Amino acid sequence: MNLFLSFTSLLLVPFDTFAFSESKTTNNYAILTFLIFVITTLIITYFASKKTKNKDSFYAAGGKITGLQNGLAIAGDYMSAASFLGISGLVFFSGFDGLIYSIGFLVGWPIILFLLAEKLKNLGRYTFADATSIRLDQFYIRILSSVGTLLTILLYLIAQMVGAGGLIQTLFGLSYESAVIIIGSLMIIYVSFGGMIATTWVQVIKAILLLFGATILAFMVLKVNDYSISKLFNEATTIHRKGQDILFPGQLIDEPLSAISLGMALIFGTAGLPHILMRFFTVPDARSAKISAAYATGFIGYFYILTFIIGFGAIVLLTNNSNYITTDGGLIGSNNMAAIHLSHAVGGDIFLGFISAVAFATILAVVSGLTLAGASAIGHDLYAYVICRGKTSEKKEIFISKISTIVLGIIAIFLGIIFEGQNVAFMVGMAFAIAASANFPILFLSLYWKNLTSKGAFYGGFIGLLTAAILVILGPIVWVDILGNANPIFPYKYPALFSITAAFISIFLFSKIDKESLSNKHRKLFEKQFYKSYTNIEK
Amino acid sequence: MLIFSIGFSKNKMSETDSQNNFNKLVKYQNLISVSFSALVLLLYFSFIIIVGFKPELFAPMVFNETIPIGIVFGISIIIFSIFLTILYVIISNFFLDNLRKKIEQ
Repeated sequence: MNLFLSFTSLLLVPFDTFAFSESKTTNNYAILTFLIFVITTLIITYFASKKTKNKDSFYAAGGKITGLQNGLAIAGDYMSAASFLGISGLVFFSGFDGLIYSIGFLVGWPIILFLLAEKLKNLGRYTFADATSIRLDQFYIRILSSVGTLLTILLYLIAQMVGAGGLIQTLFGLSYESAVIIIGSLMIIYVSFGGMIATTWVQVIKAILLLFGATILAFMVLKVNDYSISKLFNEATTIHRKGQDILFPGQLIDEPLSAISLGMALIFGTAGLPHILMRFFTVPDARSAKISAAYATGFIGYFYILTFIIGFGAIVLLTNNSNYITTDGGLIGSNNMAAIHLSHAVGGDIFLGFISAVAFATILAVVSGLTLAGASAIGHDLYAYVICRGKTSEKKEIFISKISTIVLGIIAIFLGIIFEGQNVAFMVGMAFAIAASANFPILFLSLYWKNLTSKGAFYGGFIGLLTAAILVILGPIVWVDILGNANPIFPYKYPALFSITAAFISIFLFSKIDKESLSNKHRKLFEKQFYKSYTNIEK
Repeated sequence: MLIFSIGFSKNKMSETDSQNNFNKLVKYQNLISVSFSALVLLLYFSFIIIVGFKPELFAPMVFNETIPIGIVFGISIIIFSIFLTILYVIISNFFLDNLRKKIEQ
């Protein structure tokens, strides 16, 4: 416990000096609100660390989280600063197009509930690989799942870190590096000391704060417009330089096939995100797993409707106001600042401070969930099952997971600083594409297809993973925009349609030629797994 | 619970009963899982396909010519998804749990 306190004080000293020495852009309400959040969560982490003694508590909070709490935590894990600030910013600039993303991010959720939540909980314990490997070769499946997990997590983490560094630089007047270091250190403390218990509470508190903040923001927008959506749209189209066009599909999707591909990445990517799937193991039974998925869908859906109102409110209240808008019509700070500026326009410095602190807390909750999922993949899947072939002590496994947390945290800080100012938006797209093309097909087929074999899953999964990664690199965003080539080798921005298809076809073919599929034992194991996935009873 | 069920499984009748209940559970559970998923995917992809191929379908305005039908459709997908998840949990956790309890015994 002394270790915990000294870590914490190490962190707070530089924070104080950074925070109060900076320029006039610093908002003291933001710092105050954020400090209250940090202190509260650190106290929770301190108590959580006393309870975090074994694998069950470290990875799955002892399975003692209720359906409502888990629904909030899932929402807290999933509603990133990118979706809050990014989508409201997109609505501010293009109107309707923001809705395409909102819906895509949401509809993955009912699919997770209908097809995965219950079976995942009945079969797995800590990571989704527990469920996928139950009747297959542990060695092969855990390698595939942990590579899929770590790639997804790292790409997502870098994108969060870079976004966070820039955002906090603007909001709190901190330097980019210190912002990244503060986030990385806090996340290491939460996860390594408090495990899943602390991570869950950080996410629950953040979800409540974000839902509360967004509700107030949307309410103020409606109030200004006499609680009339018609009036809001009318005012917005009058003042926006694109006029009526903001009410209709715009330039975001100029190419039909891209649209379908993006939709598939959003839905099936969500259903393959390791930090999200892991949350279903924190509740006591399948019943609460289903309840938590329904709560999560409700919170996330409500939240996305709010971001749409917030985006339109920003059009009405910010346009032509030189406090928020640059001379060429952009937002001061960055294009993600619509919701932040709006909070100032409707609630002054106090509300701006609150929303800024919520944005900071949001980032922390998301990166903590990511790091915990990454550490579990290293400790539980790679170390315990691949390296030790299931023969290791619980103590050692947790030790490895905690070390991995620290290492992942340091890597995230390091990469966050390296990628400062780079275009990292493609990394989230790539993370979703990989999750949709490797994690999701294996999980889905292992639950439902009796002929799936270990080699089929292994080779097919890797083909899906590589196809997704390579096509993103050869596509317009990386090959042309980042690497500066004239023409993309692969013409579409979003490869999911092709990489998911490649994954399913190759898993099918490799399973068919694998002799394992013919054995009696293989069939029996599936029957047992199938029975357990519906009833949680060993047959 | 498990020990009991093994103990009783000598009784031929209860074993086939339990198997029948299990088959019923799988049937109903899959029916709602597959049909609800298909419904959500159908709505979402028709939205996406209209945006990509025929955006002019979203041009008409409704509610006294103030709100375009595309936005109404989009927001309705979100609200309908939430509604379906609630319905799914009610069916699965309240009605199908009776079957699960019978299988456990």
